[in-house]
Parts: sequence; C-alpha cells; structure tokens
Amino acid sequence: MAEKELKTVFERPHALLPVVTNYCPGCTHGIINRLVAECLDELDVEGDAVGVAPVGCSVMAYDFFGCDMIEAAHGRAPAVATAVKRVHPDGVVFAYQGDGDLASIGMAETIHAATRGENITVIFINNAIYGMTGGQMAPTSLPNQVTQTSPYGRDTDAAGFPIRVCELLSSLDGVAYLERVTADCPKNVRKAKKAIKKAFQTQIDGAGYSLVEVVATCPTNWGMTPQDSFTWMRENMLPYYPLGVYKDVRAEGFANASEAAAARAADCPIANPAAQAEGGAR
Amino acid sequence: MAEKVLMKGNEALAEAAMRAGCRFFFGYPITPQTELAAYMSKRMPKVGGTFLQAESEIAAINMVYGAAAAGARVMTSSSSPGISLKGEGISYMAGADLPGVIINVQRGGPGLGGIQPSQADYWQATRALGHGDFRVVVYAPSTVQEMADYAFTAFDVADKYRTPVMILADGMLGQMMEPVVMPEPHGGSVEKPWATTGHKHQRAHNVVNSLYLTADELERLNVERYERYAAIERDEQRAETFLTEDADIVVVAFGASARVARSAVVEARAKGVKAGLVRPITLWPFPTDAIEAVVPTAKAFLDVEMNMGQMVDDVRLVVAGRRPVEFFGRTGGVIPTPVEVLARIEDLNARMTKGGE
Repeated sequence: MAEKELKTVFERPHALLPVVTNYCPGCTHGIINRLVAECLDELDVEGDAVGVAPVGCSVMAYDFFGCDMIEAAHGRAPAVATAVKRVHPDGVVFAYQGDGDLASIGMAETIHAATRGENITVIFINNAIYGMTGGQMAPTSLPNQVTQTSPYGRDTDAAGFPIRVCELLSSLDGVAYLERVTADCPKNVRKAKKAIKKAFQTQIDGAGYSLVEVVATCPTNWGMTPQDSFTWMRENMLPYYPLGVYKDVRAEGFANASEAAAARAADCPIANPAAQAEGGAR
Repeated sequence: MAEKVLMKGNEALAEAAMRAGCRFFFGYPITPQTELAAYMSKRMPKVGGTFLQAESEIAAINMVYGAAAAGARVMTSSSSPGISLKGEGISYMAGADLPGVIINVQRGGPGLGGIQPSQADYWQATRALGHGDFRVVVYAPSTVQEMADYAFTAFDVADKYRTPVMILADGMLGQMMEPVVMPEPHGGSVEKPWATTGHKHQRAHNVVNSLYLTADELERLNVERYERYAAIERDEQRAETFLTEDADIVVVAFGASARVARSAVVEARAKGVKAGLVRPITLWPFPTDAIEAVVPTAKAFLDVEMNMGQMVDDVRLVVAGRRPVEFFGRTGGVIPTPVEVLARIEDLNARMTKGGE
C-alpha cells in the first residue's frame, strides 16, 4: 500500500520573518500581523511593499515583517507613509497603528492622509487602551472603563467620549474603503483577512485611502484571561464599535474615491468643472 | 557662463534645491518663508516633482522623514515657530541617519514673536533642534547668491554624511532681491542601498529606525555617529575672513548681521581703526579654525548678532579667555545699523589702545 503523501496545509507566510514577537500571550496583534503578511504573499507584493510601524505595542513590527519597514514617530505613520507612496507611487505602502497612535496623537495625520485620498492602507488595532506604556486611557476607551489613568472609570464629563474612527473617516471624500472587523474566532479571523486583502487591493488599484479597523483585546492591561477578554470585548466593545463596512466607493459603483467625491459635489461648479462643461453644452 | 538673474532669497533657495535634484517638498505656510513654498508649488508640478502642503509642520517634517527613507532628495522650509514643531522629526531623522534639507527663514521670538528678521534661533539650530545626542550641519548664507550656493551644496553634504542639513536664513535675506548665478543642475542620483524602496526579493529587508532598546547598542550607534560628526568638524568648516591679517578688532558676525558688520568694518578702516571680520558660514561645524587663526594678532573680538547673544558663546569657547570677547546685538526684529556697530568697534578699540599703553 502506497504511503499517503504529506501535504503542507499551513506554514509561515513568507512576508513574516521567522522571529519571536514581543506581543503578550493572548493578544491578537500576532494574528493580525500574520494576516497582513498572508495578504502581501497572496497579492505577491512583498517586494514592492514598505510598511510603517507606529509607537506602541507593535513598535517593533519592523523586525517581524519581511518587507522594507520604517519606524515612525508616535502618530506620524500616515505622514511618513504619504511621502513614501509619493516617492514610490507603484509601491504598496501600509501603516500599522494602534488606537493611541492613530486616534490621539496622530489624529491630524490620520484625518489629512484620509482626506487627501492617499493611496495607502492603514491597519488600525483598536483595543481601547495604551498597551505598551502599561494601560492608560485611550481615545477609544469606553465610558466607565477602568484604566491606569481613569482609575474610577472613564468619566465622560471629564474625559469626553470615545472616538469611533470608521464612522469619523467615512465622511471624508478621499476615503475609498473602510471596514471594522475583529479576530476573536476563526470565522471573524477569515473575515478580517478578507477585509485586509480588499484594503490592499483598493490601494493596488489606485482607488484611494483604505483602512481596516480591528477591534482587539489587551488581556495584560485589561487584567483578564484571553478568553474573558474576548467575552468583555464582545459584550462591551462591539456594541460601541459595530463591525461592518463603513465605506466602499467601489461597491457603490464608483471607480475610485475621486469619482465618488465628484458625484457628491455634483452641484458645486468649481469642484466639478467637467460636469459644468457638460451642462453648458446642453 | 550662466547668466545672472534677479531673485528673492526665498526663491533662490527653492530654485537651487530643485537644481540639486530635490523633487519633493513638504511644507506648511508661515511668514517670512512664504515665497519659497509658493515657488515650489508653481515649479514642482512642471518637472514631475511633488509639492505637498501638509496639515502641520509636524506632518511636513515627518513626510520629509518618509521621503528621505524612501531614498529621495527632499526639503522642507519654515520659520522659527514652525521649526520648533519640526524638532521632533529632525531628531528622528538624525537618529535614523536620514539626509534631508530644512530651511529656517528666521523671525523674532520667543513664542509667536514677530515677523521681522532675526537670528534668535542660533542656539536652537546649533544645539537643540530636538531631543537626544545629535548635530545638524547648519549653513548661514549672507547673500542671495549664497542662499542658492548652500541650498545646492546642502543636499550633497546631507547625502554624504547621512544627516539633516539646515540653512539658517532670516526674513531679510529671504525677502531681499539680489542678482544671482544659479548652480548648474545635477541629477541628484546618489546610491542609497539602505533606503526603503521595496526589496524586490533582491536583498534582505531594509529598516529605517531610531529605536534601540539595548543601551549598549544605542551607545555604540551614538558613538559611531559622533565619529562622523568629527569628520564633519574637520572637513566642512566654512568661513569668510575680511581684513583680518592686521586687525586689532575682529568682528564676528553671520548672515544678515554680517552684511551690517562688514560695512562697519570698512568705515572703521576709513577712520584709521584696524578692524576686520570673520564671518562663519557654517554655524555647525563652527569655524573654529578661522577664529583660532586670528587670535594671535587680534586685540579683542566684537560679536554682532540679531539676538541677545548666542553665537558669542561659541566665539568665547574658541578664544578661551585669551582675548576679550564683547557682544553687541539688536533683537525682536530690529536690524543693527552700521553706525551702531562702528560706535562699538571704536569704543572697544579705544579701550584696547588705552589698556595697551
């Protein structure tokens, strides 16, 4: 009887280096890093890719990804990525950022890269806390959430409200694709990968700015087991940060963000000179 | 021979940068560097370059960081308060060994200060452009021609030593017009095997980074960088000397105030006072050699600046107590007059002569 041939069914993506990460046990950064690497592999763009790592738990992502990597100052990854993409328009440029980096200190860079319609992809990890510095209140920490710097729970009268990043960015004309996902179970991991791959494809097709928000956990700083963290996330974060597609101009029938923006400003002559010229001809 | 054209200092900086192969400019509006960004916005699209008005000075310098990492010749320009904001990115560029050119068309400070010409950012430029152990090469042009020449040179020096380079101008030099001969363009193509361009599966991945969590490794890199700085101090000092051979009173001044000081030196000579001028062109590396050369013959030094006395520290470090070093300055946007400087030269000369007899 012939021996059954061994078949590889699972291996390390090429775009992920064979190194040990610095992520805590139970944290989903490792999964998301892997998904990004799988997408770079499957789209065959590792050799063209330049990643920008943030300041935060994923600060050392430059040691994990096999593509060229840049370490940016806290919050500035979108500005750095903007310039890299302008220098190498045919490259595939992504920023990998956490909530403090993207939505607090780097909010201006985030909003403006998005509204400029930079052809970059942002992977945004939202775990409602500053992980690397030991669990301080983040711009996405939930009302009444206890953190090191909101020890009595986030008091919205004093500390204001959390920012819903996908909802905020969805109003900007430069944005082509926005989706919020999570990675708490195999089904959602597969969905997250699909979204990340679509975001990269959006960039490769030159359609505009793309961002995937991954609602994540922080067992270490939340002070919970990984399993309890997922339960807490599902019960508290997902109602506040609902999963789903927040913008997809191509699904709406436009070729890219610019076309969608032009349609939205159809009645504004200066914003839409082509339509105006057409109107004049009638 | 290239023809002379009449240009504003700010425009000369921009045109020379483009001739040096700079095709990426990131900036944020601020007076009095306005003409530079306006020139770039007009010209860059015509040559296939990028002009991008950033959302802030912080974003602009981080775009410079990104473009430099990606291997491009890149520049930003601002004025004093904006340079303070760029400090973060300049420190990161130094830490990641990235070349790039930063223009500071200075105005009065501190705070929002004023919009008149000033030299009050000398300390910032030469000592404290950001946190950490690092230096930045600083050129201080004093004519529109030098604005062009050093903006051009800056890119080569930045690439050669993998360091940010600053042009420290001021509102007077930026806005005045003078005839200038533009440098001949060169491609600006320098091999940058370290750049993050996408590895195309041809090499290991490149990483541009300034984070080192192991103290020994960070110390080693800082020490290595300072070895490069020692080479810069040895090879890149630039200064102009004027009538210093027999000078009793040596005036030291840079940039716009050196123009005033030069007039005062000429007038002092006409009145029989043996005055001369040392004009630092590089502020870092400070032209120690040019100052040292006149110490044996000078009786005293008069440092003239458009601030409350900043470069005078460096003059005193070189002179090291061997001769008196006095200071005269106007600040807040006031430009000293040749008459004022002449009076200080005559007064100092009188005291030196009296003391000598």
